[in-house]
Amino acid sequence: MKSSLIRGTLPTRTVALVASAALLALTACSAGSSTSPGSSPGGDQSLSVGLVAEPASLDFTTTDGAAIPQALLGNVYESLVKQDESGKIVPSLAKSWTVSPDRKTYTFDLVDNAKFSNDKPFTAADAVFSINRVKSAWTVSLKSAMDVVQEAKALSPTQLQVTLTKPSNGWLFRMTTRIGAMFSETGVSALATTPVGTGPFTFAKWNRGDSIVFERNENYWGTKPFFNQITLKYFKDPTALNNALLTGTINVIGTVQAPEALSQFTGNDKYQVIEGTTNGEVLLSFNNALPIFSDIRTRQGIRQAIDHRALLDTCFAGRGKLIGSMVPPTDPWSEDLTNVAPYDLAKAKSLLQASGAAGKTLRLRLPTLPYAISCGQVVKSQLEQAGLKVVIDQQEFPAQWLTTVFKNADYDLSIIAHVEPRDLGAVFNAKYYTRYDDPTLQQYLAAADAGDEAAQIDNMKKAARRISEQAAGDWLFLLPNLIVADKNLKGLPQNAITENFDLTRLARS
Amino acid sequence: MIIRLIERTAVLLVSLVVSSVLVFAFMAVLPGDPARVALGVNASDEAVAELRRQFGLGRPLPTQYFDWLGGLLRGDFGTSYVSKAEIGPQVFDRFQVTLWLVLAGMVIALVVAAPAGTVMAARHRKVSGLALSAISQLGVAVPAFLAGILLIMLFAVKLGWLPANGWTPPAQDPGMFVRQLILPALSLGLVQGAVLTRYVRSAVLDVLREDYLRTARAKGLRPFPALWRHGIRNAAVPVVTVLGLQLATLLIGAVVVERVFVIPGLGSLLLDGVSNRDLLLVQDVVMVLVVAVLVVNFLVDLLYVALDPRLRVGSR
Repeated sequence: MKSSLIRGTLPTRTVALVASAALLALTACSAGSSTSPGSSPGGDQSLSVGLVAEPASLDFTTTDGAAIPQALLGNVYESLVKQDESGKIVPSLAKSWTVSPDRKTYTFDLVDNAKFSNDKPFTAADAVFSINRVKSAWTVSLKSAMDVVQEAKALSPTQLQVTLTKPSNGWLFRMTTRIGAMFSETGVSALATTPVGTGPFTFAKWNRGDSIVFERNENYWGTKPFFNQITLKYFKDPTALNNALLTGTINVIGTVQAPEALSQFTGNDKYQVIEGTTNGEVLLSFNNALPIFSDIRTRQGIRQAIDHRALLDTCFAGRGKLIGSMVPPTDPWSEDLTNVAPYDLAKAKSLLQASGAAGKTLRLRLPTLPYAISCGQVVKSQLEQAGLKVVIDQQEFPAQWLTTVFKNADYDLSIIAHVEPRDLGAVFNAKYYTRYDDPTLQQYLAAADAGDEAAQIDNMKKAARRISEQAAGDWLFLLPNLIVADKNLKGLPQNAITENFDLTRLARS
Repeated sequence: MIIRLIERTAVLLVSLVVSSVLVFAFMAVLPGDPARVALGVNASDEAVAELRRQFGLGRPLPTQYFDWLGGLLRGDFGTSYVSKAEIGPQVFDRFQVTLWLVLAGMVIALVVAAPAGTVMAARHRKVSGLALSAISQLGVAVPAFLAGILLIMLFAVKLGWLPANGWTPPAQDPGMFVRQLILPALSLGLVQGAVLTRYVRSAVLDVLREDYLRTARAKGLRPFPALWRHGIRNAAVPVVTVLGLQLATLLIGAVVVERVFVIPGLGSLLLDGVSNRDLLLVQDVVMVLVVAVLVVNFLVDLLYVALDPRLRVGSR
């Protein structure tokens, strides 16, 4: 089963609830100093990127949390295939690949000049080792994405064959995430502190509680990055993060936490503000196992009671995008479904009256995350206008919310951003905390996973429409990708739809 | 004297044991499962149970308590549930950072409070004394984190004189260490200094009303020399008591100030630990803080004896 990360202290770059931050606090006023040019484009220039959530460990094979792949994936570790900014799967350590007619066998042609940072060459044997290791040594729940693999074998040092037990589009996609990271057999002894990968950066230092430092991999097989050194600096406090950019301690705020604070940068010639999309759907979840939600009129009434535009303006400063289902605009099956359940207070009232939900009290259990708290107040107010009574209580995130709402499903309504890519099927099923049991939806999802590209898109469209029409939850908005950076930086990602913060294309103009 | 020392040592030891039980018990009832937080949102119940077993969370609570306490006594702080790293070195590194911050804050508090409080007392009916008193009242009302934010806005963002945040170890770059320490230390020290000023003022006022000081003045000594030679030591006794208590406040204040200034000290380690339900790490950090406070109070008790000769004789 796919897993769905939740935005908060387990953030990916998309997840990122928190903002991001910055650099080697080497000097008070000059981060990212530039100096003489070297053999690489940027010479020995350095850069500091401010982020919000510091990894608890550097080993994403045994520790969950989006902060680890955010820092390491694509930068230190590489996978066979990766996603580009438009969401397309493109080559990485695999130059090309073919799929058998029965869609169960993938043959990858690998690059022949990649090396790990421990000087060992990357070969098909390392790919086999990495794939098998997910099944044997990984402990995080994401490992289940590799369950569909029957066998991985090296046909030659540069050719890998993977056989699946059944056709699965989801598997190749998951290979673009941390699950697909390639490890060296001799480089996994101290993953928590010393990552060894083939990427354009090598891990240099981790100042716990403060920053992680990467250095350019001078032996990188592909295009070398511009910066010689990049520091990821971690800030828990959004104001401290903003101040760090304002005072030159960092050069980039990787994920803006508080969009209302953007005004101090938008009018300033020294900075650029980038706004794009993410995979972070902010979901007003319903506990579909409860009798009150068994009547579709209750669910639809709640959806139509919410004025999404007003909500977005109030609780996220109007930044972000309205969506009508669990699909971000970068997925190939994205359709505008915002008109499936448009805001209509009179209709909402009559639906709730008809279902008998009017006047009932619902518990809105919110994780202690800033956007959830502020949006929760708006949701409460709007639902009460439609005739429901709403009681808010806050659950400390992640620990308490995970136990109460997520594991025990002891809630009526909740709000959380689901930031994992392509997580529709993971979020809307009977075992997940949404408790959404719908055989029709499962049929669409199974057909999408097994079919060819056209069948996948067609069935995913049906699935997205199904949960929207059935009002399995309400999609408040899609989190924006908001980045603020020094004006002269280029290569910043417009959309944040992968697990990593891509440092490889950053450069100074 | 000896009896007093033995008595205070016994109180210290009992306090340490009681504190350790309380800290452990509190962690045990904290809601949220550390194994589930570590494994992520979709972990199966079996995987969570296995990790709980690895953490040793399934064992009886008394066993867990004594194992933990035994480890601490041997200097073994255990292994973090989340990072899988040894906790001892982390706590040691972070404690040094916090110690710098607290010491610098304490020095600033003393430097502010001792002269200001004395002047306020000596001139308590004059405009200068009243003005200082009003300023110190304002200082008492401002929380350290707010002071920090205001100092950052002024000295880092507007004027650009000092870094807004960050931390550099003194051995790596002494100049930057000092520059980065100034604002957080001021945030802590000014607020604590304002509080301390009130106590210094009160203590000096009490001393000024004593007969022996009037006698000193009658001998012809001017007010400040009289106070310096005959009053300071007596005024110091209540102030030292407050200093001990303030150290605890400074340690707690440092937790917040570290966050505002992005300083990797014990406070940020503690907050991360709580958030990740890294319970063993939290227990260790809280215990280190408790020990620090208790030991300081113990030393303050001993300092009384040095300051007040009356305590060196008699049964107490």
